Amino acid sequence: MNLMGLFRSPQNELEKGGKEAEDAGIHSACPRCGVQLPLSDLQENMNVCTACGYHFRVGPRERIAYIADEGSFEELDGDLLSRDLLDFPGYDQKLRNAKLSSREKDAVVCGTATISGQPCALFVMDPNFMMGSMGTVVGEKITRLFEIATELGAPVVGFTVSGGARMQEGILSLMQMAKTSAAVRRHSAAGLFYLTVLTDPTLGGVTASFAMDGDIIMAEPGATIGFAGARVIEQTIRKKLPQGFQTAEFLLEHGFVDLIVPRAQQKEVITQLLRVHVPGSMIFDEAGGEML
Amino acid sequence: MSAYDKILSARSKGRPTGVSYIENIFEHFIELHGDRRFADDPAVVGGLAILENNPVTVIAIEKGTDTKERLRRNFGMPNPEGYRKALRLMKQAEKFHRPVVCFVDTSGAYCGLGAEERGQGQAIAENLMELSSLRTPVVAILIGEGGSGGALALALADQVWILENAVYSVISPEGCASILWKDAKRVKDAAECLRLTAQDMRELGVVEQVIAEEDFDQAYEDIKSRLADLLPQLSATPIDELLRARYQRFRKF
Repeated sequence: MNLMGLFRSPQNELEKGGKEAEDAGIHSACPRCGVQLPLSDLQENMNVCTACGYHFRVGPRERIAYIADEGSFEELDGDLLSRDLLDFPGYDQKLRNAKLSSREKDAVVCGTATISGQPCALFVMDPNFMMGSMGTVVGEKITRLFEIATELGAPVVGFTVSGGARMQEGILSLMQMAKTSAAVRRHSAAGLFYLTVLTDPTLGGVTASFAMDGDIIMAEPGATIGFAGARVIEQTIRKKLPQGFQTAEFLLEHGFVDLIVPRAQQKEVITQLLRVHVPGSMIFDEAGGEML
Repeated sequence: MSAYDKILSARSKGRPTGVSYIENIFEHFIELHGDRRFADDPAVVGGLAILENNPVTVIAIEKGTDTKERLRRNFGMPNPEGYRKALRLMKQAEKFHRPVVCFVDTSGAYCGLGAEERGQGQAIAENLMELSSLRTPVVAILIGEGGSGGALALALADQVWILENAVYSVISPEGCASILWKDAKRVKDAAECLRLTAQDMRELGVVEQVIAEEDFDQAYEDIKSRLADLLPQLSATPIDELLRARYQRFRKF
């Protein structure tokens, strides 16, 4: 479980997976409707509030379990580690804390997998690692994934969650936007399919690069998606922002995402989209209309 | 000069803005307007010009030089239409095989309500992807402030140059100080930590050339002669080779 920050005390026990949630009687309050949810119910419901449908943030391993066929995920570049390239004060400590709280080495997990039998390259960003911020390692892993997918002729499915570029790596973080965009373009030019799933939150340099480059852009209900953060916009325009500004629904209304899909239906929709994009594939069975 | 002094210099009102570079380096500039989708963004100026008898597409972010003009130019903070106009002109340059020269000077892409409604992030993302494979030479010159993605959207190029007192950064030092230390007063510390000066850019391999700016007339001449050398070389390079080099230029980071 990677629900750091949502609980007050027992999170370490949970992190270790030492005790069953129901045994400990642990509940988690839904940040939207406030209902106390037994953790076991929440987990069973893919970390979506059973009362109001709020989608909790989840870490990459849970995502992969929701989406990829069991045992099919093979991680790539899992041992790349960020370094404090610019001697930025406090960055080493931040990295250490992020590794502890996320149990990951950096803010994206990449690999290959099958989804309902369809092979693909998969990247999943991690809200628990410095809020998914993009430094050189994140940029490098995503770039390598697109390069490998281009070589393999495989589609890419990517789940984004990020506060933006990682300022502790200065201009080198900014360069990741250029690097990843160029890799996405090569993959695209090879006629290959790229699906992005924007989750809460997707902001800044990630929105302004590979998150918005998908052939099809899907979003999770209620996700905050934008370029500038809400606080910065309010300071700039000196006005309160309207309700629902920069939500997935707002982006759908303004034409910037293709579809909003609740977590429970994502595997099915992604499967269908992957199948449609297999060249020469038989999508429907002969009997009439059933998706194979 | 400290990093913070360089920021002050990059932002100073007396500093030449984008249009001055166009006027002083090129001849016969014809401004072209609009993104063909929604509006014409006055923060981005673009069009056709001649350099040493060769046509080029020039694009500049313009901050404006007096209060009225600054307001009209939105202080050089482009809306999505500015990036889309730039992209339209770049695609036009690609079609007619002329090189693109961009002058970049912005504190960042505009952080406004309408900018978000009309896809600021998407506009920048599209420029990055398109520039990475634009089949004509592109040179970008950072002349003042290089504010994050809003600057990069015009600076994914075969070569990137910077004026010696210009800066280039992933975030403003003010933003960095307030997020990291919850203290906007530590802006000088942030400026040092971010490594955002022209000299840092050279060291980190982000730019090929640093342009001296003791005298701006000299700087214009300098840029002009360097462009006159470089653009024919780039134009003579087989395009696939140029695109491979452009890819590797950013792949190394």
